[in-house]
Amino acid sequence: MQLKKTKPNLKVLLTTASCALLGGTAQAQSDEGWQFDTAIMHYAEADRVTATEAIIAGQKSFANDQVLNLKLTIDALTGASPNGAVAQQTPQTFTRPSGNGQYTVKPGDTPLDDTFKDTRVQLTGQWTQPLWQNYTVSAGGNFSKEYDYMSASVNGNIARDFNKKNTTLSMGIAYAYDIIEPEGGIPKPFTSMVIGDSDDPSFDDEFDNTRKGGDDSKSTVDLLFGITQVINRQMIVQFNYSYSSVSGYLTDPFKVLSLVNENGEAQEYLYEHRPDERTKHAFFGQSKYHFDNGILDASYRFMTDDWKIDSHTIDVRYLIPFENGHFIEPHVRFYTQSAAEFYQPFLEQANALPEYASADYRIGELDTYTVGVKYGMPMGSANNLAFKLEYYHQTPKSNGTEEIGVLKGVELYEEVDAIIAQVTYSF
Amino acid sequence: MPIIKGLRGALILSFVLLTGCSSLGVEPWERDLLAKKEMALTSAPIDTALDDHIYFSKEATSGGRSFGGGGCGCN
Repeated sequence: MQLKKTKPNLKVLLTTASCALLGGTAQAQSDEGWQFDTAIMHYAEADRVTATEAIIAGQKSFANDQVLNLKLTIDALTGASPNGAVAQQTPQTFTRPSGNGQYTVKPGDTPLDDTFKDTRVQLTGQWTQPLWQNYTVSAGGNFSKEYDYMSASVNGNIARDFNKKNTTLSMGIAYAYDIIEPEGGIPKPFTSMVIGDSDDPSFDDEFDNTRKGGDDSKSTVDLLFGITQVINRQMIVQFNYSYSSVSGYLTDPFKVLSLVNENGEAQEYLYEHRPDERTKHAFFGQSKYHFDNGILDASYRFMTDDWKIDSHTIDVRYLIPFENGHFIEPHVRFYTQSAAEFYQPFLEQANALPEYASADYRIGELDTYTVGVKYGMPMGSANNLAFKLEYYHQTPKSNGTEEIGVLKGVELYEEVDAIIAQVTYSF
Repeated sequence: MPIIKGLRGALILSFVLLTGCSSLGVEPWERDLLAKKEMALTSAPIDTALDDHIYFSKEATSGGRSFGGGGCGCN
């Protein structure tokens, strides 16, 4: 592509910036190998969380098929998130996770903590190159930081082509280390949320007694084995097996469980407690088929873990191109999961405390679906603009726990609706 | 050890698929359709990254297509 020297455009500026970042001295005008993808996405749940995420990703190809990928992601989250407690027929007051102040939830409403707010910056880099004949290797890293959370990871991959490049075997390994440092510290499992006058001198002491420290961490090892096979001129398939082992602090420090009496009335709110290890196995299959009038992309994933969560995911897209270069791509996704063995919507005073418990609906029994459409069009030479609009629906379900007393009269498994809107521009 | 079991399973599966797959595929000059950008297995990586981030923070499963991701305390 010919860049006009007299009128520097965004691509030239970004290329210059990228070169500066890499310590290179190459002139932007002579360096034409960068390809940029940008996106801005807005996710909005009715009455709950909204998130805006912006991505700029650059890809530079060097001689000998070496490829460098760099990606910057910035996102901002705000809104209200369920705190795990059950709805009641009377107002409920909760102390914020930071210990600074309280909030009250109306009768009949699912308790939401409205102090949920964060901004995250993430940098990702990946280097890919052929190693010797038929082999491709890749290595990368990722760093992400938000106010109360830090994550760093590295990964390495190797792939080998067989049968005239019709079959590719690959394997990869990744290691991630995460630190969580919530404002107000990490709660002690199953301690009771202190509720009272936060200006009272004794409040701080009582609150601190429910804390076990300022931060905690977890580490994750991922292994991935894959095979890609060209079936014929129109069809390609992929199968992956992945293994993931996480250990460390896997509890959500912001979530509680209601401790209810025999009439279902909340007496206390206890901080949740999850196991400190989780091992997951995932099996993923995908196929793409080039029909005369479009391209079908269908995938299925089965995941099972030692928290006793099993999940199935089906994702189907169909890209229909038009003669003017525009395209439309409808998309549907269905997801279902079983509950973690320690998931409970609430705790009962009549029962002894279990070793682990969480009322987080995201590890309970849950069905979700997504329907959406993407519309894209070329813009000038080699540039593309696309819009995506999707609707996401969550249906949390009972894991069979019997509802007692007043809990029969409130909604324990509230459905969630969200809209996802996205614009992407590649140049 | 589940990891050893997994490794052994993956190796056996790979071997079976490799030997079974040698009759499949195309000649290099038959790759016109497969070479299209839209036919790449991950043809829109930015979309995939954004989707993965949403579902990672809203559901109990992540990864499968690639590494499990994460890197956020998003709830």
